[in-house]
Amino acid sequence: MLSVKALFTEYQTPKGPPVKAAQDVTFEVPKGKFFTLLGPSGCGKTTTLRSIAGLERPVSGDIEVNGNLVYSSSRGIFVPPNRRNFGMVFQSYAIWPHMTVFANAAFPLEVRKNRPNKQQIKDKVMSVLHAVGLDHLAEREATKLSGGQQQRLALARALVMEPELLLLDEPLSNLDAKLRDKMRFELKRIQRDLGITTIYVTHDQGEALALSHEIAVMNEGRVVQIGPPRAIYERPKTKFVADFIGTTNFIDGDVRGFDETAKRWRVDTPLGQILVESDGTLKLGGKASISIRPEDVELQEAPLSGSPTDNHLSGVVDQRIFLGDFVDLEVKVGNYLLRSRAHPSLRTPIGEKINVRMNPEKCLAIEDDGGLKEVA
Amino acid sequence: MAVAGEMSGVRRGDAPATPRVSSEWVVTSGVVTFVAWLTLIPLGFLVWQSFMTPQTAARAQQFTLANYIEAYTSPETFSLFVNSVQFASGTAVFALVLGTLLAWMSERTNTPFKSVFYATSIIPLVVPGILFVVSWIMLASPKIGLFNLILRNLFDTDYTFFDVYSMSGMIVVDGLHYAPIAFLLMTAAFRSMDPSLEESALMSGASTLQIAWRITLRLAWPAVAASFLILFIRSIESFEVPALLGLPVGIQVFTSSIYDAIHRYPSNVGLASAYALTLLVITSGGIWFQARIGSQGNKYSTVTGKGFRPRVIDLGRWRYVTAAIFLLYALFAIAMPFFILVWSSLQRFYSVPSWAALKNVTLRSYQSIISYPNVSGAVWNSMVLSLSSATLVMLLTAVLAWIVLRTRIRGRWMLDNMASLPMVMPGLVLGLAIMICYLTVGGGIYGTIWILLIAYVTRFLPYGMRYNTTSMLQIHKELEESAAMSGASWLQSFWHIVLPLLKPGLLAGWIYVVVVSVRELSSSILLYSPGSEVVSVIIWELWQNGQYVELSAFGVMLIATLFVFTLVAQAIGRRYGIKET
Repeated sequence: MLSVKALFTEYQTPKGPPVKAAQDVTFEVPKGKFFTLLGPSGCGKTTTLRSIAGLERPVSGDIEVNGNLVYSSSRGIFVPPNRRNFGMVFQSYAIWPHMTVFANAAFPLEVRKNRPNKQQIKDKVMSVLHAVGLDHLAEREATKLSGGQQQRLALARALVMEPELLLLDEPLSNLDAKLRDKMRFELKRIQRDLGITTIYVTHDQGEALALSHEIAVMNEGRVVQIGPPRAIYERPKTKFVADFIGTTNFIDGDVRGFDETAKRWRVDTPLGQILVESDGTLKLGGKASISIRPEDVELQEAPLSGSPTDNHLSGVVDQRIFLGDFVDLEVKVGNYLLRSRAHPSLRTPIGEKINVRMNPEKCLAIEDDGGLKEVA
Repeated sequence: MAVAGEMSGVRRGDAPATPRVSSEWVVTSGVVTFVAWLTLIPLGFLVWQSFMTPQTAARAQQFTLANYIEAYTSPETFSLFVNSVQFASGTAVFALVLGTLLAWMSERTNTPFKSVFYATSIIPLVVPGILFVVSWIMLASPKIGLFNLILRNLFDTDYTFFDVYSMSGMIVVDGLHYAPIAFLLMTAAFRSMDPSLEESALMSGASTLQIAWRITLRLAWPAVAASFLILFIRSIESFEVPALLGLPVGIQVFTSSIYDAIHRYPSNVGLASAYALTLLVITSGGIWFQARIGSQGNKYSTVTGKGFRPRVIDLGRWRYVTAAIFLLYALFAIAMPFFILVWSSLQRFYSVPSWAALKNVTLRSYQSIISYPNVSGAVWNSMVLSLSSATLVMLLTAVLAWIVLRTRIRGRWMLDNMASLPMVMPGLVLGLAIMICYLTVGGGIYGTIWILLIAYVTRFLPYGMRYNTTSMLQIHKELEESAAMSGASWLQSFWHIVLPLLKPGLLAGWIYVVVVSVRELSSSILLYSPGSEVVSVIIWELWQNGQYVELSAFGVMLIATLFVFTLVAQAIGRRYGIKET
């Protein structure tokens, strides 16, 4: 459906060299799927979306929708945004304040070359307003709407043109937390009902995991990893992805060899020697970077039955924070502070010994790409 | 010095006052009294005078309605009103259409050289109005106008192509001069618009023209209406164009009639006052409408996003057309007027540019203007007046803005209105009011340079107020509160916290007031007396005497000085963090 190939987009700043916003971005989105571009601010996700929209002119690459090229540097094709027939919802919603709700939603039909007649416009607009639950407010001035309603109107305006592609630029970021949760479900429902191919831009990993069929994680203009939400969360390829999505423990170590019985690599770490899962990038005698999620660090007071194919360690509770539905702990193993998330029934006090189990399948050897740069 | 004299009112608060009276209270009440004295008293005298007969040696003044009867029953008054409205609305529409088009081209399209254009667009604002009008007389008058002569030669006829001495001539000249104001106002409006409002129309499939017409212009509508009113008021108050272009052919507007009534013999100040009050009512109406539009503007503010750079519309080949429009504007509003002044300044007697006249090029006019009586005095007066009025206005309005925005003093809205009152007073009206006031009260101020200082400070109070209010709004109240918590007195926190934070706005406003003070003619023309001439009055006199080449030489030097001053002041300002506006 949508295919983006080797897309490079730069833009000029008043001073200094051009900003390289999107670098060699390549991905494909099948028809009817919900695809998310996820990354920290300045990673190039919005620029990529705007390049698909045609609001930015890329430097090179190809963008193809339904078999039609809308941009191709090699063939000199650039379809202007108003000829692409893509619906777009902006972060600010961009609701025109000088029009009513109805007029806002009817605009895409009214500026069309083969403009439908009045009754057709009315029917279409009312049905799309009905779909987003705004039909009873059609004659209201657009500025009299609440934030959530404006958001839904922006969606209606994007849908009324029956677009080939729906582009959403952080549409939920201006809503308060409760409304955001509600709109998340609504967005998912509308997308599924209409079966419309959707590209979604966000910096909120929770949103991305909840909504998407597939996620492309971006950093510094490049796509770092593409995959379904579960794969992105459970099997991050690089330190950046592991760090940006959820929290994780990073452990550095030296590769000691391959354990034939467990079919895993043995790595010496500050915790001691552990067995880790790897895609095959590890080398004997090389360095390894290991990520394990806090919820995969299992704690128990009772002794563990020793097993040669499992990681069994023991530590001391150093810090605990009660958060209601779970407890966060820091456990000192060797001289490393391991973060763990446990059921609130675990009541081991600070300073007491505790046993730690880490499933080797969850101890991932990942690529060290420098990780997430702390933003001040 | 003037500044020190007026500042003493502020300084008094610094002294350890009696425990019960805080410095804040002393400064506030002092400022309120001072502003009331500046703005309300002259207005009162103007109203009083309009109901009085002229004072002569033989007869004392007495109450009369004759001024109003004369003003409103004469058949000329109706045509006066029609002319004024026609001139002002014509000028406003012309300037607004031109300015909006230029602003749209510069902000939203990929027209070549638009950044250069933005930088040069403010030049006409620096040029004094009277010089602009004089240069246009040299360009487009029926007899000696360069354009007419060129076209007559070209087509070999006697036809008059352009006649600057006409209503349309007045509108074009004033409109060209005011177009930069419209340009700046509309540029600001376009910049404050959320670009995604236009992008979403683009994504909806709208074409460039559909977006410009149905989205951009509609959204800018409050700004368009407000700009129209500002331009309307500016042109109904403008004096130079009606006096130089309208009066010779009998096209009278309010401003030129006021001037006429005072300068006829015997002068009729009462009649002038009656005209002035009528004008005042019109401008007040305009300002009132503008304020109403401004308060409705909030309706148009929406949730704003992360403010991506506005997309520039690719005009394709049309960008050469828009570039040509830029070029034509620069030619007619800047290059040609300045060229003709330079040319004229290099002649012995004014003659139209030609190869023959090129041989007579001389710098004699520059020599003679320097030795011209009163010139050095006028330059000195203008310098002292502009620097001291700018300093005084900015300091005074800093305190005023603070009182209006930061205190809970009852009636502070009145103070705001009082300081903005001069906005509705055309220069001539203000000059007249101040003239009547100090002729009646005396105090030895009339006939000195002090009366000009009072007029300038009063006239430019609203500008200072605007600059200071804008920057005061950006200073968070907690910055002052934390100074108070650190133990600073009101005066200490004002001096050490508020003023330094206001500095960019203060400096920008100061530069502006200096420039407009040097250009000021319409108040000065009524208030100067021998010995207290200013540069604009000298130009006026040179014009009346027909000394065109000396006038041109003086004008060229003045424009160059103002231009260099603005550049230097802005360069200094940039180091103190003034954003280019």
